[in-house]
Amino acid sequence: MTAAGDPDSAYVRMANLTKKFGDFTAVDAVSLDIRRGEIFCLLGGSGSGKTTLLRMLAGFERPSGGAIHIDGEDMSAIPPYERPVNMMFQSYALFPHMSVERNIAFGLEQEGLQRAEIRRQVGDILDIVKMGGFGSRKPHQLSGGQRQRVALARALVKRPKLLLLDEPLAALDRKLREHTQFELISIQQRLGVTCIVVTHDQEEAMTLGTRLGVMNHGRIAQVGTPSDIYESPVTRFVADFIGSVNMFEGRVSEDGAECVRIRSEELGCTVRAERSVHCVGGSTVWTAIRPEKINISRHRPLAASAQRADAAENVVRGTVREIAYMGDMSIYLVQLDSGRMMRVTLPNITRGTERGFAREESVWLSWHGSSPVVLTE
Amino acid sequence: MRERRLVPRVALVLGLAFLYGPILSMIVFSFNNSRLVTVWDAAHSPTLKWYGALLHNEQILGAAWLSIRIAVIAASVAVVLGTLAGTALARLGAFRGRLLLAGMVTAPIVMPEVITGLSLLLMFVALGQLIGWPKGVGALTITLAHITFCMAYVTVVVQSRLAGFDESLEEAAMDLGARPARVFFRITLPLILPAIVSGWLLAFTLSWDDLVITQFVAGPGSSTLPMVIFSKVRFGVTPDVNALATIMVLLVATGVAISTVWMRYRERRRARDLQLAAAANL
Repeated sequence: MTAAGDPDSAYVRMANLTKKFGDFTAVDAVSLDIRRGEIFCLLGGSGSGKTTLLRMLAGFERPSGGAIHIDGEDMSAIPPYERPVNMMFQSYALFPHMSVERNIAFGLEQEGLQRAEIRRQVGDILDIVKMGGFGSRKPHQLSGGQRQRVALARALVKRPKLLLLDEPLAALDRKLREHTQFELISIQQRLGVTCIVVTHDQEEAMTLGTRLGVMNHGRIAQVGTPSDIYESPVTRFVADFIGSVNMFEGRVSEDGAECVRIRSEELGCTVRAERSVHCVGGSTVWTAIRPEKINISRHRPLAASAQRADAAENVVRGTVREIAYMGDMSIYLVQLDSGRMMRVTLPNITRGTERGFAREESVWLSWHGSSPVVLTE
Repeated sequence: MRERRLVPRVALVLGLAFLYGPILSMIVFSFNNSRLVTVWDAAHSPTLKWYGALLHNEQILGAAWLSIRIAVIAASVAVVLGTLAGTALARLGAFRGRLLLAGMVTAPIVMPEVITGLSLLLMFVALGQLIGWPKGVGALTITLAHITFCMAYVTVVVQSRLAGFDESLEEAAMDLGARPARVFFRITLPLILPAIVSGWLLAFTLSWDDLVITQFVAGPGSSTLPMVIFSKVRFGVTPDVNALATIMVLLVATGVAISTVWMRYRERRRARDLQLAAAANL
């Protein structure tokens, strides 16, 4: 099979990849192209099929249908020990009876390399992951972060065409995770290896991935850059899964060329959204608004006050019910007159509390026409 | 308060006395000069004469040597077969006949020894008539019988050890380019080695002191040590048996002591390593 145009854009190609366990379909006809040199993050909850997909790429699971091509080569008949693919396991899976050096050398020994060459390559990769001097340690003599580096080195030293990372940072504590994330990216860029990362942690996916694929029920719900996924989700599932969102059901009342108007009883006002997706007048849709894209004020916003109250657009009244102070920002839970709760976040730009709203205070919520995302499914 | 501390102490003393009283009396009487086992000859005891007599007892020495050879061979063969069976059960997933193997491989553990012995004897006799092998009963049939039940124990030990460790270690090895056979010898085998060693020791012990099954499949001139002791005791306990048993207890106690000390050492080293790793984390 030849990829159309640029061969690098489909360096790893999954076509209609399916895996069934009895009656249960873990991965359902996934077609996905991975570019050479990118970090692609598969993001999904538990049971979404992301790990099964990864295990099929590594060769541990045989697909029930479909095909995997890596650099143009069909992987169907190739066992895991002959694939140009290496994996970093979630548990790291370091061999406990071997030293760090022996762990890393293991893969090279299988290739039948000269002993001196193996030693040189092991030394090089240990320096890259900043673990030089730890070569003679046993895995249980290392901290979690150090083990993670050794596991990475062991997979990288084979110079795989595709590196698979299964929840690479899940076992690290929060501070260490942030630091390791950036280091992982810099190592990846230095070696230029193509990576697929599986994670359930959206923060991890957003920082690591050049592109994300959100998985749900064995299918890819959406593929895109982190900002694509966050700002322009295509389904309610994706909008809800990534970050937090306020979602309201409504009916399309006016389908214009530049904007669409949606009447929502749940929200208690009309939503005017720019750059609409294609939707039919009168049909049921959902509008999703991110909490940080909502303004909160004590007085009715000027732009809105020109309109008649019953025709209010993108503005709604409510009462502050809960306030959560998070340090860098505050979360307000506002109960709308319709009864629904709306989540609003405000950055705490200044010290002090002059911007703060009190609990049970009556407020106006408003947003710009570019903020709402209209979802049809 | 005093009474509360008294109860566990009494329980401890009683428990120890119950477990080790008989062994202790046997050891004491092995130094007795009198030919009558239950009469303490205070005038000439303690003496080592029964230990000396043992060295000249061809029957006991021969039986001990036979028992050791049978136990070593049976334990070694059982370890190989048991490891294979345990690995198949723990790692090969669902294969045809798995349920049957899982159920039947452990049957010798729960089967009454009399039945195992009898059925083995019948099989050996039938085989001898059909294909002329094994020729009669003797050391060979004892060894085969011991392999049968020892293997069951090794299988259980190996299987539980394999179930306890992360399968991703084997997947990682395969991912790094090792073929399945190499994965087994370089990764799986070293990791289950402790289980294999303890399986071997268990099998050796079981073979060493088995009497019931051995009685069924033994022939003339192939008396193992337990058989000799048992036949001697039937005509009244003689002091040289006490001496023999004392030596056996001593050997076992030494083995247990060495393994305990070694385990302690490993545990302490491990704890130190963990501290080292924690310190590196800071």
